[in-house]
Amino acid sequence: MQIGIPREIYPGERRVAASPDSVKQFIKLGFTVAVEKGAGAEANFSDEVYQQAGAEIAADAKSLYANADIVLKVRAPMALPGGKAHEVDSLRAGQTLISFIWPAQNKELMDRMAALKITALAMDSVPRISRAQKLDALSSMANIAGYRAVIEAAHHFGRFFTGQITAAGKVPPAKVFVIGAGVAGLAAIGAASGLGAIVRAFDTRPEVGDQVKSMGGEFVTVDYEEEGGGVGGYAKVMSEGYQKAQAEMTAQQAAEVDIIITTALIPGRPAPKLITAEMVRNMKPGSVIVDLAAEMGGNCELTEPGKVVVKHDVTIIGFTDLPSRLSRQSSQLYATNLVRLMEELCRTKDGVINVNMEDEVIRGATVIKEGEITWPPPPPKLSAAPQQAKPAAMPPAPKHGHGPGEPASNKSVLTTGLSLALIFLLVGVGAPSAFLGHFTVFILACFIGYMVIWNVTPALHTPLMSVTNAISSIIVIGALIQISTPGKMITILAAVAIVLTAVNMMGGFWVTQRMLRMFQK
Amino acid sequence: MNQGLLTVSYIGATILFILSLGGLSNPETARRGNLFGIIGMAIAVLATLMGPKLAGAGNLVLILIAMAIGGSVGIFAAIRVKMTEMPELVALMHSLVGLAAMLVGFANYIDPTSTLTGAEKTIHEMEIYIGILIGAVTFSGSIVAFGKLSGKISGKPLTLPGRHQFNFGLLIVTVMLGKVFLNAHGISAGMTPLLAMTAIALLFGVHMVMAIGGADMPVVVSMLNSYSGWAAAATGFMLSNDLLIVVGALVGSSGAILSYIMCRAMNRKFFAVIAGGFGSDGGTPAAASGAAPAGEVVAVSALETAELLREAKSVVIVPGYGMAVAQAQHTVFEITQLLRSKGKNVRFAIHPVAGRMPGHMNVLLAEAKVPYDIVLEMDEINEDFPSTDVTMVIGANDIVNPSAMEDPNSPIAGMPVLEVWKSTTSIVMKRSMASGYAGVDNPLFYKENNRMLFGDAKKMLDEVLNHLRG
Repeated sequence: MQIGIPREIYPGERRVAASPDSVKQFIKLGFTVAVEKGAGAEANFSDEVYQQAGAEIAADAKSLYANADIVLKVRAPMALPGGKAHEVDSLRAGQTLISFIWPAQNKELMDRMAALKITALAMDSVPRISRAQKLDALSSMANIAGYRAVIEAAHHFGRFFTGQITAAGKVPPAKVFVIGAGVAGLAAIGAASGLGAIVRAFDTRPEVGDQVKSMGGEFVTVDYEEEGGGVGGYAKVMSEGYQKAQAEMTAQQAAEVDIIITTALIPGRPAPKLITAEMVRNMKPGSVIVDLAAEMGGNCELTEPGKVVVKHDVTIIGFTDLPSRLSRQSSQLYATNLVRLMEELCRTKDGVINVNMEDEVIRGATVIKEGEITWPPPPPKLSAAPQQAKPAAMPPAPKHGHGPGEPASNKSVLTTGLSLALIFLLVGVGAPSAFLGHFTVFILACFIGYMVIWNVTPALHTPLMSVTNAISSIIVIGALIQISTPGKMITILAAVAIVLTAVNMMGGFWVTQRMLRMFQK
Repeated sequence: MNQGLLTVSYIGATILFILSLGGLSNPETARRGNLFGIIGMAIAVLATLMGPKLAGAGNLVLILIAMAIGGSVGIFAAIRVKMTEMPELVALMHSLVGLAAMLVGFANYIDPTSTLTGAEKTIHEMEIYIGILIGAVTFSGSIVAFGKLSGKISGKPLTLPGRHQFNFGLLIVTVMLGKVFLNAHGISAGMTPLLAMTAIALLFGVHMVMAIGGADMPVVVSMLNSYSGWAAAATGFMLSNDLLIVVGALVGSSGAILSYIMCRAMNRKFFAVIAGGFGSDGGTPAAASGAAPAGEVVAVSALETAELLREAKSVVIVPGYGMAVAQAQHTVFEITQLLRSKGKNVRFAIHPVAGRMPGHMNVLLAEAKVPYDIVLEMDEINEDFPSTDVTMVIGANDIVNPSAMEDPNSPIAGMPVLEVWKSTTSIVMKRSMASGYAGVDNPLFYKENNRMLFGDAKKMLDEVLNHLRG
């Protein structure tokens, strides 16, 4: 089957859906690849490198769409400049389109595509489960957006990020506050702390605190009890009381920090307004806000999507095309995500795709199957990060016996007690008094042994064994007593026993000493 | 020396022995504890030699010669033994105690000066019978354990068909022979059943240990330790000697507790271990094939391992029997030293049943001069794995197998394990992909954050060390 890579037509879009590397991998999977002339120009991929990778160059979009069985794009199909033609019109029945589609926002587009009887896979609908991480284009784009947000902020911020003490005076480090510790937020935390800033981050999901710390940020919490984890690794809408507490905390941070980067998104809803005009007014002059949620209305009240504005002496960056501003990098990652998806679709590596609706990942990504709208998919079974990392189900370890500090069950105490009482009764009835004396000593010694041995540290179990071994050669006493008894046989037996126990005695103590000498701090 | 002084000396020796074992609660007091043990033994032997029951200078010379021979052999062995061979030495020494107990028992039986009658005589003969029985089982069992540990006998469990019935039959015959023995008139008449019982006990000892698998060896060694104590206690009863009884009971309970600790560390019942054959009773061996781990094993080179270690801030090393076999503990310590000098937090995690006897790994690490305060037990370190950057597993398998916690059908389900897979990266050093003693596949190897470093532990670690230095 032929894969077609058209040029993106959205104004300012610099990304492309294939890199020379991904072209090579598609060919390995058995596909042929055609790239529209100049498709990769904005991402610094020339037509020549695509050709070297094995792709053919299609002169224009029309011939590309005509020959392709599978079309790989970045942006969802859109109207061509001039307003009459639409990219969708170039598609035909039986074709497969893979791109970002945003089915929830683009109802009309979905209907048009369904009417054409095509199959469409939306990269934004890939389920967020562990297995699908390698084809999660949202994450790769968010990662880039987070990084680029810091770079944009640095560009508009009039100071260093890192603190310095120079001959010309002391420079305090910049303070960065990141709201929302998703992929973009974490990338921003990492980039900002890499530049030397002091980074704080907030998220409604307390479980991401460790991730924030691991990226070099400080996790700020709201003093209010509520869990913010929703299904599929996203946040959910919080209660009013929580929102109030959060607003107070944000206001306080806003007055303190130099740069705010907001990434708060709730799926299928306008972005929550976390930063009010009042908060912006309270920020220091020259501060910067980067609003990564600008496309969904923005986390800041004063954000203007797609623009950089200065209000109350604060620069508010509302770019919606941050990944595109790092076009080579984002094209590369997006192309790799597509390769992974094609591998899933073409398990047989024979250049033919199979849209297997039994596969959870493919099922989630497929929004139109041969003209039939299959979106939304059934809810994901697993969250990307399990909400509470519960230990794997495991039967409680059966405990038998009992050590100190680990009380035995009443039942076992009872049975042990009863059987011991029975034994003692039998011994008491039948045995002579001399035996009973020894028996007393024996029982008491067992208890002493029990108490003493539990205190032995496990590290010294081997020396314990060798020293008890040496001590048990106390049997030599028996042999010593017997050796004077008349009878040659007895003397020989006793003498041999003495030799054996002497081996044990000397050897045991010696080797124990040798081992114990080695234990040192 | 009169009887009173002798008894007092014995009490002194008893106290010293108890202090000796008590001293082992801490490595700092342990050496003093061992000294107490030596003093106690010296007092007991000297008091007996000077005691009223010993007469004749000829015997004294004989005793001294015997002790000189035995003592020099013992010391020679103690100096020459390698720390990796400790389990073998300990097993061999158990067998000597068992054999000595047998000999003393026989000598006591043929003692013509015995004047006991009636119930006392019966009890005395029962004591002899039981003493020899335990001694013989200890002797032959320890010999087989020695053979298994040193590789002279295959470590695989020998599972004869109907072995439980066979053992039960042996028990019945032993009881019947005991009855014959007690009813026998005169020493020569009683000797036949006594010898027959000894033969059966020896056979039982061999069969019992043969049926136990290599992974259960720590239990067997500590169990035989316990038996050698009970043998001494039985001899004490036989000779009406309280010192022997006390010491025997101390050693016996010590071994019993060790066996219990080992069983708990493997989540196995004591009788299941003794009955032998891993997983052959009840459980479904090797689990359901549907649960077979899927995925790819990622192999790394020594160079990459060194890189990972260099990047890490916190490192945990999990040694297993493979480290002992490869004699790699010294290289491990050099790597540890190097990493610690670079300010990394390096620690060791010891599973209770790592190696072939309780505390085996601790002794090996101590030999290599690893400070004991960075050697931690499973319970102390399991919580720290999530904050560990790199975990190195050296020649261990079952003790780091996640299916013990995740797969209820696994033969080792419920066994407490070191949760190495929770660290950022784990590196497993192994000779090949073969499964451990339990014969269970290890899903750890297929985890995404796991790397495999194949090859002889010593050789690979030497390479890692070179790369770390370079």
